[in-house]
Amino acid sequence: MLSAEERREIEAELPHYPDKQAACIDAMKIVQRYRGWLSDESIREIAEFLGMSPDDLDSVATFYNLIYRKPVGRHVILLCNSVSCWIMGYDRLRERLCQRLGIQLGETTADRRFTLLPIVCLGTCDHAPALLLDNDLHRDLSPNSVEQILESYR
Amino acid sequence: MASERPLTKDMKADGEVLLLREYERVGGYRAIREALGMEPKEITDLVAKSGLRGRGGAGFPTGSKWSFVPLGKDAPHPKYLVANADEMEPGTFKDRWLMEGNPHQLLEGMMIASRAIEADVAYIFLRSEYVLSAQRMQHAIAEAYAAGYLGKKIFGSEVSLELFLHLSAGRYMCGEETGLLNALEGKRANPRTKPPYPQISGLFGKPTIVQNVETLSNLPHIVNHGFEWFKKLSRTADAGTKLYGASGKVKRPGLWELPMGTTVGELLEDHAGGMRDGVKFRGLLPGGASTDFLTEQHLDVKMDFTEVQKVGSRMGTGTMIILDDQTCPVGMVWNLEDFFAQESCGWCTPCWSGLRWAERILFAFEQGLGSEADLEKLAWITKLCAPGNTFCALAPGAVEPLQSALKYFRDDFLRHVHEKRCPWR
Repeated sequence: MLSAEERREIEAELPHYPDKQAACIDAMKIVQRYRGWLSDESIREIAEFLGMSPDDLDSVATFYNLIYRKPVGRHVILLCNSVSCWIMGYDRLRERLCQRLGIQLGETTADRRFTLLPIVCLGTCDHAPALLLDNDLHRDLSPNSVEQILESYR
Repeated sequence: MASERPLTKDMKADGEVLLLREYERVGGYRAIREALGMEPKEITDLVAKSGLRGRGGAGFPTGSKWSFVPLGKDAPHPKYLVANADEMEPGTFKDRWLMEGNPHQLLEGMMIASRAIEADVAYIFLRSEYVLSAQRMQHAIAEAYAAGYLGKKIFGSEVSLELFLHLSAGRYMCGEETGLLNALEGKRANPRTKPPYPQISGLFGKPTIVQNVETLSNLPHIVNHGFEWFKKLSRTADAGTKLYGASGKVKRPGLWELPMGTTVGELLEDHAGGMRDGVKFRGLLPGGASTDFLTEQHLDVKMDFTEVQKVGSRMGTGTMIILDDQTCPVGMVWNLEDFFAQESCGWCTPCWSGLRWAERILFAFEQGLGSEADLEKLAWITKLCAPGNTFCALAPGAVEPLQSALKYFRDDFLRHVHEKRCPWR
């Protein structure tokens, strides 16, 4: 069941739109913020609350890359793989991250500390290469800066 | 003489945000007060005469776009104004600057546009990766509501305007006008068939205008200083200033507000500082991933919508991505097509199938498995994805760097074929 906080936050979004379903992306992001990701159960709960079928909601959920339908780690690394970052050393940065974390893109570390995902252009191209770790933008990166950044996320 | 920089001159040098009272101290929220005393059509006429063109990349004349919205007491309501802040075009980072530095300028622009089309509700459609932009826009919206500048009877007038921030959940397709509308309705961001155009039937089936952040941010200045002033900001027939940028292996990557029509060479040499030591210039994408390459022969081209089009490309977003001689042009195009193939919404076949096919061929070149016949296939895919064959502009945009790479970097493709490897690896 949706928690009281989840319900309250979703209800605060409803007046922004003329119908409830329009708030479904906001609703999924709210629940994901509490639960880390959206299980089938979460999808059913949100769909019921908004008067949608679970399949309708899932068709929306699976379109958007920032809605996670699989479990993620405590911290999500979104590594920019678009053109400016690619020119400025994305490949070496990815290799170091994968090596240091012991995982490939799309995977989560065994201790559930990090999930590593590719992301399209983060819009900070004058400071490429870049990544977004949770809500923190890290820029002007080199492979050698990886270690220190990861250390500060427990 | 230093040129005028209306969009960025009031921003703080330390990158901190301009708060409401600071924005008002430099003349902010004067233009909306004036606009509230004007007839909606007068505002649209003023914007049309200013020559303002959409800064999201397409360059459509703003006043002309608004003129199709039904006005008056028989018009359907609610009407909507949407700020497209879904800045996701690879290599583009200009709207971030405007939202982080001067969020009230955008809000005032949205208020003016809303008045011109008699909109009741406005949304900022913002990608959620822009964390700082989201915080600052949200704070600015709260300040504006508290001051009576949003909500019922704004500025003590008879006009009401609700304004909400919508944080998106990813996908490049959301930046496409009609894809954005579907996303805002809580649906998959597939494009819609046009007509009907959003001005007649847009968000929730009601008249809607979608406008880029930079376009909207220009409006307070046009109202304050007039259309003739706005035209004079430019060096060419396309009016105003432009936020230009450069990324890649230049000495000083960055963003600059400059007169529209500043040349490619000036941007590259005077502002971006030229190439880094040890690398040479090969070419550039003038305004994001979905524009055709320009090369050495185009350095004198004036960067505006009209002039760049004359040499077979588009100014797009005006943020240039620089290709250097240490970077493989085939690899760069492979990266671009991989992006577009991934971000295709899957709605129409030339796009979802054609772009992935192009990406697979380019990957084969990078693996030393490409052939001369593959070059013909790539050229054919660019025609398959041409305007008119797809629902929206994603695929036609996607093949712009590819078709121009085939033209300017054919020898580099052939080196991959003859050496059976990528010569840059």
